[in-house]
Amino acid sequence: MKYTEIMVRYGELSTKGKNRNVFITRLASNVKKALIDFPHVRVHAYRDRMHLLLNGEDSDIIIPKLQKVFGIQNFSPSIRVEKDVEVIKAMAQDMMREVYTGKETFKITAKRSDHDFIQTSGELNLTLGNAVIDVFPEIKAQMKNPDINLRVEIRRDGAYLSYETVQGAGGLPVGTGGKGMLMLSGGIDSPVAGYFAMKRGVEIEAVHFASPPYTSEQALQKAKDLTAKLAPYVGSIQFIEVPFTEVQEEIKKKVPQGYWMTITRRMMLRLTDAVRELRKGLIILNGESLGQVASQTLQSMVAINEVSNTPIIRPVATMDKLEIIEVAQQIDTFELAIQPFEDCCTIFAPPQPKTRPRLEKVHHYEERLDIEGMMERALAGLKMVEITPEFAEQADEFADFL
Amino acid sequence: MIYFDNSATTPIFPQALDTYLKTSQRIIGNPSSLHDLGNQANRLLQHARKQIADQLNVSPKEIFFTSGGTEGDNWVLKGTAIEKRDFGNHLIISSIEHPAVSETAAQLKELGFEVSIAPVTPEGFVDVVALEKLIRKETILVSVMAVNNEIGSIQPIQEIGAVLENYPKIHFHVDAVQAITKVEQNHWFTPRVDFATFSAHKFHGPRGVGFIYWREGRKLAPLMNGGGQESNHRSGTENVPAIVAMARALRLAFEKKVEKPEHVARLKGYLLEALHSYEKVTVFSKETDFASHIICFSLKDIRGEVLVHALEEKQIYTSTTSACSSKKHLASSTLHAMNVPSSLATSAIRISLDESNTMAEVEQFLIVFNQLYQKFSKIN
Repeated sequence: MKYTEIMVRYGELSTKGKNRNVFITRLASNVKKALIDFPHVRVHAYRDRMHLLLNGEDSDIIIPKLQKVFGIQNFSPSIRVEKDVEVIKAMAQDMMREVYTGKETFKITAKRSDHDFIQTSGELNLTLGNAVIDVFPEIKAQMKNPDINLRVEIRRDGAYLSYETVQGAGGLPVGTGGKGMLMLSGGIDSPVAGYFAMKRGVEIEAVHFASPPYTSEQALQKAKDLTAKLAPYVGSIQFIEVPFTEVQEEIKKKVPQGYWMTITRRMMLRLTDAVRELRKGLIILNGESLGQVASQTLQSMVAINEVSNTPIIRPVATMDKLEIIEVAQQIDTFELAIQPFEDCCTIFAPPQPKTRPRLEKVHHYEERLDIEGMMERALAGLKMVEITPEFAEQADEFADFL
Repeated sequence: MIYFDNSATTPIFPQALDTYLKTSQRIIGNPSSLHDLGNQANRLLQHARKQIADQLNVSPKEIFFTSGGTEGDNWVLKGTAIEKRDFGNHLIISSIEHPAVSETAAQLKELGFEVSIAPVTPEGFVDVVALEKLIRKETILVSVMAVNNEIGSIQPIQEIGAVLENYPKIHFHVDAVQAITKVEQNHWFTPRVDFATFSAHKFHGPRGVGFIYWREGRKLAPLMNGGGQESNHRSGTENVPAIVAMARALRLAFEKKVEKPEHVARLKGYLLEALHSYEKVTVFSKETDFASHIICFSLKDIRGEVLVHALEEKQIYTSTTSACSSKKHLASSTLHAMNVPSSLATSAIRISLDESNTMAEVEQFLIVFNQLYQKFSKIN
């Protein structure tokens, strides 16, 4: 069914008191960004609801996009028709033909905000209920928890009919919570961490460490593809590639094997923090999950965390691997993440990393490294690209083949 | 020239040929190579796989490329036999399968497997009740085609699938070579189908390429061992140009079908109506439960090949039932399985239509056929 309008209900943000307007304005702008390919859509954000006028744009493509915008509790696609009882009746019948399979109960919920309309809500309920029964004599009406609730709203500019309510993504509008730097390796966990952060309103930028030729072009591509999977929730995401080859080679040369991992991670955190400062981010986000690997023991976290005072949020820290995988599948990053390419965490992986690194040893080995020099050179070589949802669909590359 | 032999093969779409050329010239890497040219070839290959999977509403992981229908049928039968020989040695095929299935089953029989043949009704449909009775605890595979290539009967795949719901371990294979883009998918591509075979040149793709659908979770031994291509299930450097051309041809064939949904059925309806008016004509392909592109009929006492050649003189190309066996001077094996008397079976010819055929061609054919009919009637 081709809808003409979508009514959006806000989620948690209706409780935001005086900040409410900020949240609503932000949500409206996020919705516009998500629907940037549909120039005719008009977004009207009101205090308790948002109305999208589709102006002929295809609702079948818009609905899945809207489902990815955080801050929306649910929405009802509707059809606007002329405020003529006969026309409204015919549309109500058409809609029921679409949904009714012979089993469902139904109810009409009419609302009249335009009081010049000739029927009252109660009368309209009756008229339309009868119209439905005319087409489906056996259908049962049920006032409490009906399977199909056909809503009709008579407004000044027309009559709006809808029967389905689509679940939104919930959460808070992205951007209302400030900006965080997401350390994105290319594994299963970090995209999930990014997803959860965005869901709570945090705008993210992805920081990825690349060590060519030890890491491949495909590994970098994969990290970008993963970023593209997160992009629909915000419109686009900055992807920041940090050159890391020199750091890894130096560590391998000068540090004993057992401490490669700890010191590599400390360098990553230092660099991410520096990038955060450059990009005016507030926090750092990563996909660490307690106990999963050697760098994710509490002792390791303490040793690694020592280099920065910036708050580090680890959205998946206490989740089981299987729980993380479930979310990864939901947000469609899992299949991508399990593609086997070496990333900078797996190259130079020592056979026996310390799970309980000792800080004084860490400091001792780090004295052998030109940390400031290496950081300066790495930061000078940052590469930034804006990733949009379409980035993953490179079908274009081969469009004239297929 | 009137080409009415589209079930034998179809001419390649110009756009698919263009893709074949372009891919051959520009995508020169081996998809297994590590460098960027290899990656590029691999990306294109995966795009093609995804496009095909999307069209069938399955996962790209369930699509494996082959050299065509015959390989697909051989692979599913032999691969199942090898993989599941410890669980059973019994296979069931229908009596009207394409030789790629029936001859493979015959070879497996020589190797010690047991093969049961499920009979068909006089109308050419697999007898589901009889098939169910053939199932034993050693049965590892049931193979039934989706659409018969000789008479076009749409086989009761849904019903067989329903029976096999009670035997979850049996592999259910459907040779769908004649069905794809011709007959609605829900008739022959049910959730119980484990494997399905497809061939590109039946839908205006190149020869020598095809694919199988392999439902996730099922096991199948490879026939081609080697470098580990196709997730280690079908080795051999991928035929990238042909595969990509096939993906494009499939998309275009579906689009053509959407553009003219009733076109072929209309042509068939017109042909059937005309043929029914001839006393000496027996039509085996009905309208309901038959694919709309195949019409098989006999002209009494005139051998099929005689009629085929007589039509050919007027530049109308048809076939004596299946092209694969039409050189063997055999009566149609499908008609034989339907217990059609052999005098009638040897007279059968097959017209197979396509979206590109026109009503004018059908009318032209009927004029020529009428002349031949009168001529043969005088002789006999």
